[in-house]
Amino acid sequence: MPLLEDGRLRPDPWASVDDDVPLPDGPVILGLEQLRREAPALARRNAPIGLALPPETAPAEVAPLLGLLSLVALRLPKAKDGRAFTQARALREYHGFTGEIRATGHVIPDHYAMLLRCGVSTVEVPEGADPAVWDACRRVVDIGYQAALSADAPLSLLRRRLRVA
Amino acid sequence: MNATVIPPFARTYRYDAIDREFLAERIAEFRGQVARRLAGDLTEDEFKPLRLMNGLYLQLHAYMLRVAIPYGVLNAPQLRQLAMIARRWDRGFGHFTTRQNIQFNWTKLEDVPEMLEALAEVDMHAIQTSGNCIRNVTTDEYAGASPDEVVDPRVYAEILRQWSTLHPEFTWLPRKFKFAITGSPSDRVASLVHDIGVAAKRNAEGEVGFEIHVGGGLGRTPLIGRRLYDFVPEAEFLGRMEAILRVYNALGERDNIYKARIKILVRDLGEEFRALVDAEYDRMPQQAYRLDPEIVAAIAAHFAPPPFARLEDRPLPQDPAFAAWARASVRPHKQPGYASVTISLKPIGGIPGDASASQMEAVADLAERHSFGEIRVSHVQNLVLPHVRQEDLHALWQGLAAHGLATPNIGLISDIIACPGMDYCALATARSIPVAQRISERFADLDRQHDIGECFINISGCINACGHHHVAHIGILGVDKRGEEVYQVTLGGSATNDAAIGELIGPAFGYDDIVDAIETIIRTHIAHRAPGERFVDTYRRIGAAPFKEALYAVA
Amino acid sequence: MSSKAKSRPATSPVVFSGNGLRDGRVAWMGTEGRWEPRLGAVTPFAPEAAAEGLALAQQGERQQRVVGVYAVELGADGLPLKFRERLRLGGPSIDAEAA
Repeated sequence: MPLLEDGRLRPDPWASVDDDVPLPDGPVILGLEQLRREAPALARRNAPIGLALPPETAPAEVAPLLGLLSLVALRLPKAKDGRAFTQARALREYHGFTGEIRATGHVIPDHYAMLLRCGVSTVEVPEGADPAVWDACRRVVDIGYQAALSADAPLSLLRRRLRVA
Repeated sequence: MNATVIPPFARTYRYDAIDREFLAERIAEFRGQVARRLAGDLTEDEFKPLRLMNGLYLQLHAYMLRVAIPYGVLNAPQLRQLAMIARRWDRGFGHFTTRQNIQFNWTKLEDVPEMLEALAEVDMHAIQTSGNCIRNVTTDEYAGASPDEVVDPRVYAEILRQWSTLHPEFTWLPRKFKFAITGSPSDRVASLVHDIGVAAKRNAEGEVGFEIHVGGGLGRTPLIGRRLYDFVPEAEFLGRMEAILRVYNALGERDNIYKARIKILVRDLGEEFRALVDAEYDRMPQQAYRLDPEIVAAIAAHFAPPPFARLEDRPLPQDPAFAAWARASVRPHKQPGYASVTISLKPIGGIPGDASASQMEAVADLAERHSFGEIRVSHVQNLVLPHVRQEDLHALWQGLAAHGLATPNIGLISDIIACPGMDYCALATARSIPVAQRISERFADLDRQHDIGECFINISGCINACGHHHVAHIGILGVDKRGEEVYQVTLGGSATNDAAIGELIGPAFGYDDIVDAIETIIRTHIAHRAPGERFVDTYRRIGAAPFKEALYAVA
Repeated sequence: MSSKAKSRPATSPVVFSGNGLRDGRVAWMGTEGRWEPRLGAVTPFAPEAAAEGLALAQQGERQQRVVGVYAVELGADGLPLKFRERLRLGGPSIDAEAA
């Protein structure tokens, strides 16, 4: 699926891998079970490793594994299921994760700005998605009333202008 | 932005240029969402949560736009603009709700962006009046006026409003989320039946802090909130709220809508819920979420007391009609020589909470003349003029009476809360409004109403309980029974400090029998009451048996 | 997608109803496939043709004309059997204009 970063489509070097198949070369996104099982071996792997974190799993549960990871993929099972927002913020704020956080699943353009503010870096978008629509949705509201993770230090806790890339 | 002059002493939060810009951006965002929906780029399933977050429902006959009245506080130009909107895009009236908001029942999707622009002209909006997000914060309609107030709740309600507006993390919650905040020891906001109920108070040093109840609510599973904290220091207020919402967003039920409110999580986790919230708060970078005293002071400046004149309390005129109205409608004020006035939107036989455009304009004029241009919406669907000189009360009463707004029934049996019910609502299973109308007609006689004394009847047209029937002295719930509207009755509920869920008295009554059943309940109360005893106190003292006997005994 | 699925097969004549996407007003559809503001302007489907009618009605959703379509059963008087649908047909049972 196309991948969106900073409001533009970009190539996706990552391959999502099902359990029980040999790992291809290059960056791979693994399921939680496989990552846990093969963590010691994976630690010696040269290519980057990513984790598809299920919506019901708290980032704290995978904290010991985060050092292995260059990417965490979060999933919105439905557009109205917002657990990924809290997972993303926890990954950045509590666990200091600095790799790529990717939003997947039923993501709509109206989520985009808020995902970014919670620390998400890339979004898997549907085939044929118009990046201009996503970019416009991200930019339309550029004032926030809360602290968030994607921009500079807030003017105050309650209000600041967001800086959109 | 426009030529509207806000009365200088009306204590509504005053938007600055950035607040206005934000609102303009939010309208542009919604206009874009509507355009994408009409073009087919958004499905209805995708659009529905987006329109709901802007207060737009699709009801039985039309779209309904619910406009936010933050913590129920309005100034006169805002109320006049609501009247204009009612005339231009609705059928000349609006409906005030139990969340201190106003609804327009006859709107068109394609008109809504323009309606939002008209609202923005007076610094109003429809943001988060629906949807699975943090809803309009409610507070005491007598805030800033009540003699028993310890902390002005409007300050913290506004802080909560700003903090929750388009919150990036909490806009896609498992279910809706409702705050109520009181600043008085006497709870007039039903805080114990909210997702979070906040009681602002002061410690021995005079510092502000917050008692927090969590997990109260009505609906299918009515529950009284549990006390989570006794005294959260002011600086920790938003951080603690963040922690609660984070736990809820991560762990709240996502699949079964009937178990998705925080009350179910709190009930099921018990003490573990507190441990989770504490753990969340403990690992938070607390400095980043600290509520600075400078922010509080800046917001509090918006709610400074208006320039009250130095007056003495005075006896009211003896005119009997005026005295009857004053007895029901006038409330003591903390400032000598002033009073707060509740305006009944419950005329006998009328639709509870409805006001016509001309009534809104009349109230706006009277507020400018008599109450520093300020109006409140109460959670029992009435309006309040918070700061009226006692010497003006008689003139105000005459002004209200000229517009059908002087029904002297505040707190009496005809001051009924009713949801829109099946006459408008797509979720309803029975009608509410005509039941309220017939009950108020049955008890139209004012002497009788005063004789009965304080008695709250609340009516909901479905299990979702928008009419708050569970916490009424007499609650009525309309349900569908094999195609017929029938009405269950609960007795003994309360939404105040002694919050309680009413008890179901027995089998439901038909549409044609429900008013007689209420009459029987009241007659039973009269027969058993001690002198001056309120209905709910009689019920608590003697129990359900005499009422059951009277209602269901075979003749 | 947003249509309510009918679990019980219809036993009476049916029309389809929904609300206009743009104006939210009640709309009715019969065998002609047109969406009309008046029930009287449409011809009901026989009960056994209800599934076919639903497919036609859902086309109206996909064309962004109507929202939330579902089958409404009619009685011998040609009016909806359910009280809720009669309210949708006739408007609120209470005064719905400013005095």
